[in-house]
Amino acid sequence: MQLTVWTYEGPPHVGAMRIATALKDVHYVLHAPQGDTYADLLFTMIERRDHRPPVTYTTFQARDLGKDTAEIFRDAMLASYERFKPNAMLVGASCTAELIQDDPAGLAAASGIPVPIVPLELPSYQKKENWGAAETFYQLVRKLVRPAEEAAPREEGVRPRCNLLGPTALGFRHRDDVREITYLLDKLGIDVNVCAPLNATAEDIARLGEADFNVVMYPEIADTTARWLERNFKQPRTTIVPIGVGATRDFIHEVAELAGIDPAAALKELECRLPWYSRSIDSNYLTGKRVFIFADATHALAAARIASEELGYEVVGLGTYSREFARDVRAKAKDLGIEALITDDYLEVEQQVQDLQPELVLGTQMERHIAKRLGIACAVISAPVHVQDYPARTSPQMGFEGANVIFDDWVHPLMMGLEEHLLGMFREDFEFNDDAVPSHLAMHGETGPRVQAQPEKPDAAAADDKAPIIWEPDAEKELRKIPFFVRGKAKRNAEAFAAEKGLSQITVETLYDAKAHFGR
Amino acid sequence: MSHAVIADVPAPKEGCSERPVIRERGQREVFCGLTGIIWLHRKIQDAFFLIVGSRTCAHLMQSAAGVMIFAEPRFATAIIDERDLAGMADVNDELDRNVARLLERRPDINLLFLVGSCPSEVIKLDLSKAAERLSKNYAPDVRILNYSGSGIETTFTQGEDGCLASMVPELPTLPEGSDQSLMIVGCLADVVEDQFTRIFERMGLPTPVYLPMRDSNEMPPVGPDTRYLLAQPYLMDTARALEDRGAKRIPAPFPLGVEGTTGWLKAAANQWGIDQQTFDEVTASGRARAERALECYREQLAGKRIFFFPDSQLEVPLARFLSREMGMELIEVGTPYLHQQHLADELSMLPEDVQLSEGQDVEKQLDRCHAATPDLTVCGLGLANPLEAEGLATKWSIELLFTPTQGFDQAGDLAELFARPLVRRAKLKV
Repeated sequence: MQLTVWTYEGPPHVGAMRIATALKDVHYVLHAPQGDTYADLLFTMIERRDHRPPVTYTTFQARDLGKDTAEIFRDAMLASYERFKPNAMLVGASCTAELIQDDPAGLAAASGIPVPIVPLELPSYQKKENWGAAETFYQLVRKLVRPAEEAAPREEGVRPRCNLLGPTALGFRHRDDVREITYLLDKLGIDVNVCAPLNATAEDIARLGEADFNVVMYPEIADTTARWLERNFKQPRTTIVPIGVGATRDFIHEVAELAGIDPAAALKELECRLPWYSRSIDSNYLTGKRVFIFADATHALAAARIASEELGYEVVGLGTYSREFARDVRAKAKDLGIEALITDDYLEVEQQVQDLQPELVLGTQMERHIAKRLGIACAVISAPVHVQDYPARTSPQMGFEGANVIFDDWVHPLMMGLEEHLLGMFREDFEFNDDAVPSHLAMHGETGPRVQAQPEKPDAAAADDKAPIIWEPDAEKELRKIPFFVRGKAKRNAEAFAAEKGLSQITVETLYDAKAHFGR
Repeated sequence: MSHAVIADVPAPKEGCSERPVIRERGQREVFCGLTGIIWLHRKIQDAFFLIVGSRTCAHLMQSAAGVMIFAEPRFATAIIDERDLAGMADVNDELDRNVARLLERRPDINLLFLVGSCPSEVIKLDLSKAAERLSKNYAPDVRILNYSGSGIETTFTQGEDGCLASMVPELPTLPEGSDQSLMIVGCLADVVEDQFTRIFERMGLPTPVYLPMRDSNEMPPVGPDTRYLLAQPYLMDTARALEDRGAKRIPAPFPLGVEGTTGWLKAAANQWGIDQQTFDEVTASGRARAERALECYREQLAGKRIFFFPDSQLEVPLARFLSREMGMELIEVGTPYLHQQHLADELSMLPEDVQLSEGQDVEKQLDRCHAATPDLTVCGLGLANPLEAEGLATKWSIELLFTPTQGFDQAGDLAELFARPLVRRAKLKV
């Protein structure tokens, strides 16, 4: 039994729903009690889809348990086939129905429904959402894909074809990533045979075997399927996820190699602003900004590379809730000289953010909560998602445009360089400090301080079970001369330093000793 | 539509409960009772709700709450895993360990609810025993109660019913021979409670006590001298538990709209023998204000046709308000559960020809809704956007539970909730 406040992933049947909802003509019959229909709102409210997910819930009740819940399942299956006439069906159970063991697979086999039915075994008490999505996609592909004919060598002038694997409903920017990668492949002279599951039909799944290779966009979802296709259809797969400038370039080379083409012309034509923006003088101040990263494995790994190589941040924490890919994240963390945090316990992540005191958090919606509470800048880089992760504008993470989007999203929460520089320069100016009324409002209000200067007290969290550290009045005065946007950090450093040295009082000397100790 | 004479509680008409009611079996598109935690944990400010359930329960809570509120939650889920099911871990030990961890982290908790879920019920985990056992360990600092919010037993607002019912045996006893006391039962916004308190006091009624209370250290006393008014229509078990302790219900409509509020207040006033003149003096200004507020929206709502999908069990009182005071035309009034006795006053005020439905087959109901093309459809979050995309204006029913809507001074806000989707549609030129 695990105590959880928030959960990074839903149950595995929600993963299956993400596959079913992504597809165009597949219906999912889910043996589940009535409350489980909440999952519809993930798609209709959070993702703002204009259709209900193609899911029928049996919604059995307590009074049905003594009787024949299997019959309820069979009736729901037959009725939903008649109503929706899908070209393939998924059947399975949610956590509660798993306990009553009604055998949806057997019932489906005996139903006489004339389209392929894929029974799903998704152990709810062991596995989670992404695993459920991966397993559903894999089972569906195995059931529907047509045996490949012996591929004739591609004729001269015929463009190579690939499949895009992994984008789903309720994915983090999947909609826009598909568009960006399709564009990028087109520039390279490569066609997309099928993109799946997002917007694919059962027939599209059947012709996956016709592609020359597979692009694995999201390994959490497509890795199992791509490996199976590689073994059974001799389709090689990509291993690089094109998030970030470096990764996109590497991806282009990998794809070019798989497709047997020369990427030089396309690379020359494709533009990205991130490299110049990152080199521009305004970005100098980003150097060494301490960043904490927590996400699914794909986005965490990409973020670590971008943050350290492309934005010049210092990655002080890296973690993931995707246990299936823990090894890759551990390796990347080791490269960066830190230890990876592999957990699905929100409280552990919160603790680490608190301990590390980063200047920027790159995480999920949950880390956004943590960062908000701790007053740290934050950008969201991964599922679990929120309605604001479906922006109206096209906003990919992948490809060169994705890198541009990332530059904006991961830099804007911080103060802009020139702004920070000016604040430092003019910090003694009478109307340029945190107590001053904004100059354009001064004539409307009083000209005195906007807020009464409060002496900064050591906060309770820092001093919790230790004796409180006392600030000498002079040190406190000195602290107030430090620009407000770094004052919190200076205060924490001084207190940490004092605690480390066993000092009970902080003097002006301690303040500067701490500054020297922590560098910067 | 008449709103001239509303001071008297209308007498229930004979045979009103014999209206044809559509009762279907099929997919029910409703939340389970766990969802009630989202408003309960804001109401009882020192309580914490620990769901004993699956990852689905935890996911439901954050998905439902994520759409609706952002706040540091005072709820969590103890997720049952494979080890618990396989018997490799003793589920009760695991639960005790989690409660210990939770109470250590949150020393501000005075009242802890263990909330049962579908899986905990199917594996027959006895949470009442667990609550008893844990209570011994943590008394008197923390009181530990339990109720079920499972989807196999409860829909949506019934979770509140379960929660309140679980508190009733814990309430202190009102000494025998006390003066009659007035208890208001059902979650109301603090501001609404305060308004009602003022009105009752001015009429000369005893200062009412409220269940749930805002502070768990101030549990309202109950006994044979308690007369209670239901503020919400979905409190069947709570009412039964109160009756078991000798309390008696004051039959009344629900305090939605001018007419409902007047009838609700009047029922209490009659119980204490308050004369009509005093009643009118105390309520006149509130009624007049409410009338003025409703006037603004009558033009937008009158003559519009409305369809209710079952969700909150507020559907019947809302339909009564909208048809009688706002002049809306009712197409179908669906509700998860039709409690004939508690709704008697409400049902008697509905038009004769209204189509009621109880329970749901969502597909068939959608067919009826499509065929009727209502001007406004009240439904849950799963259905709203798809219906909007088809061109139907909708009102999320969940908002009706999060917005203070009861009483005279909220009557206008209540009407506005229904007018807003229509106003918005008229405004948009895209």
